[in-house]
Amino acid sequence: MKILARPVSRGVGEGPLLISEKPISFLGDVDPKTGIIINKENPLYKKSIANKVLAFPYGVGSTVGSYVIYQLKKNGVAPAAIINENAETIIIVGAIISDIPLVDGVRINSLKGYTYAIVNAYEGWIHVR
Amino acid sequence: MYLTNEEEKALEGEFGEALEKAMRILVAIGDVYGAERLIKISSAHISGVSYKTIGDAGLDFLQDLASLGAKVLVKTTLNPCGMDPIKWRSLGIIDEDFAKKQMKIIESYTRMGVEPTLTCTPYYISNVPKYGEDIAWAESSAVIYANSVIGAKTNREGAPSALAAAIVGKTPMYGYHLEENRIGTEKIIVKMDLEDPADYGALGIYVARMNVKVPYFVLDGKALNLSIYVKYLGAALAAEGSVAMMHIEGFTPEWNKYKHEFSDKIIVEKDDIKEIFEEKSCEDEEDLIALGCPHLSVEELRDLLKYRPKRTTWISIGMDMYKAHRDLVNELERRGYIIAKGTCFVVSPIEKKFKVTATNSGKASKYLPSFCKQCVILRRTKDLLVISDENSC
Repeated sequence: MKILARPVSRGVGEGPLLISEKPISFLGDVDPKTGIIINKENPLYKKSIANKVLAFPYGVGSTVGSYVIYQLKKNGVAPAAIINENAETIIIVGAIISDIPLVDGVRINSLKGYTYAIVNAYEGWIHVR
Repeated sequence: MYLTNEEEKALEGEFGEALEKAMRILVAIGDVYGAERLIKISSAHISGVSYKTIGDAGLDFLQDLASLGAKVLVKTTLNPCGMDPIKWRSLGIIDEDFAKKQMKIIESYTRMGVEPTLTCTPYYISNVPKYGEDIAWAESSAVIYANSVIGAKTNREGAPSALAAAIVGKTPMYGYHLEENRIGTEKIIVKMDLEDPADYGALGIYVARMNVKVPYFVLDGKALNLSIYVKYLGAALAAEGSVAMMHIEGFTPEWNKYKHEFSDKIIVEKDDIKEIFEEKSCEDEEDLIALGCPHLSVEELRDLLKYRPKRTTWISIGMDMYKAHRDLVNELERRGYIIAKGTCFVVSPIEKKFKVTATNSGKASKYLPSFCKQCVILRRTKDLLVISDENSC
C-alpha cells in the first residue's frame, strides 16, 4: 500500500517496520550505543531500532534527543527512516543532522499490521507491505 | 516556504556542508510550523553547553560541526556550562574526565565564533537586544525575558535550532515573531505583595499550572524591585509551563499595544502562593543554599553585601559579570560566599556532594529534584542568609 506523506528530512530508506503508538524521548528511551529501546513503558522495550523504519506519533522530552539520534547514526545503529504523525523540532533536527529520511502526516494506526516499509522523503510517500 | 536565490544555493550546499545543514534545519522547521520565509536576526543565544546535560552525544555533534568549518554570522552568546571553568577543582564535584570534556564543548563553540559568556542572563552585559528586533534565543528564562521585558522577538529555540539560526543569521518567521501571537491571552490579577525573588517565582509556578499561554498580569499589591526580580517570574513560568511571553500592566513595553478584552480572568491571592511554598519545603535541613537562577545582576550582587552566609552558599553568575565586576566578586568571596561563575547549580553535578538545596528561585525549585536529585526548599532570600555586621560599602 502506498501512503502519501510530507517530506521533512530528505532521503530514501527502507527496512522492517517498527511501530510505537507512544511518543519517544530519544534521551532516556534509547541506548545510543546499541539502538535498543530501554524504556520499559514503551511498547518497543528491548527491541532494536537499528536499520528499521521507526514509526511513532511525535518526539517528546529533552532537546538533547536530537544529539542522541546523531550518536545512533555515528554508532551505526540509527533507524533507516522515521515516520511521524506530527514531526516536532527534536526529531526534525535529529533527522537532519544525522541524514535520516523523515516524513510526517501519517496516522500511526494506519500502519498497523504491516511489517516492512520503504520511505521516500524526496517525493513524499511511504510504501508498506 | 519562500527562499531567496542565495538561500536556495545555501540549501543546495553551494556554500559548504555546515551552512547546508543549518539551512536544512531552518527550512524543515519553517515548513512544519508554516513560516512564510526566513527573517534576519540580530543575535542568537545558545543552550546545551553543560557536559552533564548534552553528554558525549552533544560533544560529538559540536566537534564535528566545528570541524566542518561552521561559523556564526551574528552575535552569539553561550549558556552556563557544568562547572566553574576556572575554579572547578575547588567546588569538589567535578572529576578530570568531566572537566576535559566540558572544556572541549566550550572550545567547539568558540571555534565557531560563539562568545563563551556562560550565562543564562546575556541581556545584562553581553547580548542586549533592542525593542522590536528579531532574535533566535534558546534558554527558556532568557527567551521570556527578551520577549516580555525587552520587546525583542524570539521563539523558544532548542540548542541546535538556535545554533543553526546563528550560522545562517536568520530564523523562520512564525510564532512569537508575528504580532498576533504576542497578544495577552489570560488576565491574571495579583492581589498580594511581591517582596522577594521567591514570591515572584512561586507566583510564576502557580500561574503556569493553569496552562496559560501569554499571561497578562495586573499587579495590585506591592511589587518590590520589579525591574530586577521580574526575571524570577518569567523563569518560573517558562520552566513550569513552557511560557515564552507575558505582559505586566504599566511595566512591560508591549502591555498596551494590543487593546482587547480578556474572557479569562484569574485572581491570585496570598494563600495560593503559600501552597507553592508548602509544597517545596523539604523536611530535612539544607546542606546547600543556592542563589542565582537565573544568574544574578550587579544590583543583586551588591545587595548581598548586606548579608553573610550561614552555611555553604553558592552564588551563580555569568563569566561576563565576573569579568566586569571582579572587585565586587572578590569582596563577596572574602565574606564567605562561594562564587560559581559560568555555571549554575542546576546544570552542574551537585548531587555528588549535596542532598538538600534551599533556594530563592522558583525555576531552580522545579528542576533541582529531577536534574540533581535534590530535596528542595523554596525560601525568601533574607531567610537563607543572615544580616551582616560589616558595613555594606
